[in-house]
Amino acid sequence: MRRFVLIAIPYVWLLALFLVPFLIVLKISLSDIALARPPYTPQLDFAAGWEGLKSFFSELDFENFTFLTTDDLYWKAYLSSLKIAAISTFLTLLVGYPVAYAMARAPEEWRPTLLMLVILPFWTSFLIRVYSWMGILSNEGVLNQVLLWLGIIDTPLHIMNTTTAVYIGVVYTYLPFMILPIYSALEKLDGSLLEAAEDLGCSRLEAFWLVTWPLSRNGIIAGCFLVFIPTIGEFVIPSLLGGSDTLMIGKVLWEEFFSNRDWPVASAVAVVLLLILIIPIILFQRNEQKQREAEG
Amino acid sequence: MAQTVFAPWTDPAQKPIIEFRNVTKTFGDFTAIHDLSLNIYEREFFALLGPSGCGKTTMMRMLAGFETATSGDIFLSGKDIGHVPPNQRPVNMMFQSYALFPHLSVWDNIAFGLRRESKDKNFIGDRVEEMLRLTRLTKFARRKPHQISGGQRQRVALARSLAKAPKLLLLDEPLGALDRKLREQTQFELMDIQEKTGTTFVIVTHDQEEAMTVASRIAVMDEGNLVQVATPAEIYEAPNSVYVADFIGDVNIIEGRATQPGTKIGIAWAEGQPPILATPAKSVEAGQSLHFAIRPEKVTIDTERPDRPNTFRGKVIDIAYLGNISTYHVELAGGQMIKAQMVNARRLANRHITWEDEVWVGFTDTAGVVLEE
Amino acid sequence: MRRFSWFNTVSLTLGFTFLYLPMVLLVFYSFNESRLVTVWAGFSTKWYGELLRDQAFLDAAWVTVKVAVFSSTLATILGTMAAYVLVRAGRFHGRTLFSGMIYAPLVMPEVITGLALLLLFIGINLDRGVFTIVLAHTTFAMCYVSVVVSSRLTTFDRSLEEAALDLGCSPFEAFRLVTLPIIAPAVISGWLLAFTLSLDDLVIASFTTGPSATTLPIKIFSAVRLGVSPQINALSTIMIAIVTIGVITASILTKRAAVAQKRDEQAAIRAE
Repeated sequence: MRRFVLIAIPYVWLLALFLVPFLIVLKISLSDIALARPPYTPQLDFAAGWEGLKSFFSELDFENFTFLTTDDLYWKAYLSSLKIAAISTFLTLLVGYPVAYAMARAPEEWRPTLLMLVILPFWTSFLIRVYSWMGILSNEGVLNQVLLWLGIIDTPLHIMNTTTAVYIGVVYTYLPFMILPIYSALEKLDGSLLEAAEDLGCSRLEAFWLVTWPLSRNGIIAGCFLVFIPTIGEFVIPSLLGGSDTLMIGKVLWEEFFSNRDWPVASAVAVVLLLILIIPIILFQRNEQKQREAEG
Repeated sequence: MAQTVFAPWTDPAQKPIIEFRNVTKTFGDFTAIHDLSLNIYEREFFALLGPSGCGKTTMMRMLAGFETATSGDIFLSGKDIGHVPPNQRPVNMMFQSYALFPHLSVWDNIAFGLRRESKDKNFIGDRVEEMLRLTRLTKFARRKPHQISGGQRQRVALARSLAKAPKLLLLDEPLGALDRKLREQTQFELMDIQEKTGTTFVIVTHDQEEAMTVASRIAVMDEGNLVQVATPAEIYEAPNSVYVADFIGDVNIIEGRATQPGTKIGIAWAEGQPPILATPAKSVEAGQSLHFAIRPEKVTIDTERPDRPNTFRGKVIDIAYLGNISTYHVELAGGQMIKAQMVNARRLANRHITWEDEVWVGFTDTAGVVLEE
Repeated sequence: MRRFSWFNTVSLTLGFTFLYLPMVLLVFYSFNESRLVTVWAGFSTKWYGELLRDQAFLDAAWVTVKVAVFSSTLATILGTMAAYVLVRAGRFHGRTLFSGMIYAPLVMPEVITGLALLLLFIGINLDRGVFTIVLAHTTFAMCYVSVVVSSRLTTFDRSLEEAALDLGCSPFEAFRLVTLPIIAPAVISGWLLAFTLSLDDLVIASFTTGPSATTLPIKIFSAVRLGVSPQINALSTIMIAIVTIGVITASILTKRAAVAQKRDEQAAIRAE
């Protein structure tokens, strides 16, 4: 009995506030837009019994999904989100790997401090971290002032409100997600493996490429997914740093909902976004599982 | 014609394959190796033996190229290798942890070093197969290191380090991770492989039994110095110091003073007791303080007084029954303890010495070693 | 002895400069006299004064703290229960769905979670405000809490609980007297994580709030949408300062506890 209560409380909570809302999203995405406000058609009328149920299902259609394919804004936004996520994941790896490598090779007494320095930004507001780049990247911003003063450029660089600014924002905010799994993979690496590689005729660079890199691969994959997955649905970064030409699906959904008030289309956008995300999420889970098995 | 004994170190015409010349190695304030010179000859199975922190691992890492000497030179086949990086030395190492690459199969681990020399595929294939046969691993070639047993992993590490046919193979505590039974069996395999391949082996170990079993010569080290370099038999029978005598095997050490100089001397060791008669390796002066070392198996124990010199009365305090042998702890006059070992040739019930018995212990005048210190 | 090679020194210097310089600049410019954020016009704390006189900001801060305290506490209770169910309850009907519902919110885009919850609240005619934000935050934060707590529970030596039962505890007593004190650090970090997530959240709060409740992130977002604002710089500095002091205090306390434990152990050895 006690066990039942223990299971039931969190279970019911999640059912009511996680699963049911998604079923509602799914239902609305299949409904027609009647007005800008609810109720939408069709509605499930339990009083009408079987007939009600039948009419409910017969009125559901894929009209909103068809609409997503006719207006090229949507599929362009999906593609562009994927592209921005992929490029910024690659850039994050480029920045994060050397840092993780250097942390793992640092003297042991330094490592807890370095680790804390990487984690510290997690506890600081995400919004503020994105915002901090606005003052740096704008036309009169710190970066342009410094570059002008150094005489490297004559006219201010236009970075703010471009996709470049979004890349910088993503790399900056998600860098710890990339560093931590790579660091933990590299830290576990037994130093004698590298000595063995050198002993067997490898140069330092070959030893890195043949031993260190493949053995940190699981960390790299985990880090890439941890950056890639949330970036696809990102809203704050493109809306603060991106320009009007930066198309990202999270921003489109937000605008569809708050500006156009077209809830069925917004719901359809959300459903498709979820379907797109399922593939990387499953791949990520597999990688984690494989890693656990390799260790266990 | 009698087979010549393998002892190149006694032949002044032989050139050593490895030569340490006045090598010193310091880490900060700590001196790991102190002005050390040593020659190792081709086809030797050479053991560096000592407790942890004695510098034996540093010696090995200098040979592999992972450490450079602070001063002095190291020669390999007459060439100074002091500044040759590890990947360009004709020396390979078998790591204590084995350091098998977890992402590569057994086959690829063994081929790893061969591929670095970018030799042709057929050669690599043949060589790997040969190594697999030598170490009886052919069946496991496709497995990953975590899919095989500890003993098999040890053999993969050996095969991998031998694959490039190095002039010199270094083994860092190669059997440390194996259990006792497997270790004994593997020791003989190692000797067998060393003989078959004709490679010079240098093994680092803290296990004196292991060193005695496998090595042609042993260097006993202590705090960065070589204490004694000799064959296992010499190390055991004629240790040159209390340290070596105590480190190798079980030993009774009796302190005393020389009473009469000459080739046969007496050692006064306790008030009112007859002196120990002993044969020193070199002459000693009267009155000089000495240590007399004697192995327990060279001490006899009797219930009645035998008629010969070097016989002392005592009482049995403890008996350790080990199956094949028994060790008797006998207290002599003045509280001096002495251990005597006897082979249990007869069944338990037939033996007659027991606790608290008054007994006579004795040994011949050449059984013990006289050590100055 | 290991030292930093030049490559590692350069990577660490560049990496940490990148991570920290933007925040340092933010703090620096919050003390700027000029409204033009990028032109230095002398030291001033006037933006802090303006911020503290701005009733809308103070109200938003109060709402945010209220939401964070309620939702993180609720999330910690529910998340710890969920973790216990995941690790200890064994097999039951719908276990797969349950663990799916625990892990899904971690990878769910916030825009989707927010949209879904809003549609639910509208569907059941719930007045939107502090209460609905608390419900929303509790739901996604409890999943983070349960991940943190369950990772501690899996390494927990089960024989400790069995010993408690053997010595006469009821299952609940065993949990309260043995399990909970041991997993307490994980529960506390779970609470802190939930609290921070709630303080931070813009997207879900924007969806689930009504006109009556504006949280600090919503206020900040609408203020900076069009550009840099010195007041927000001041606010950011205050928030960064709180987090920094909190984290440093926490790390000093853990270090002290570790040192004290070591000292006690050594004293115990000497006393033998």
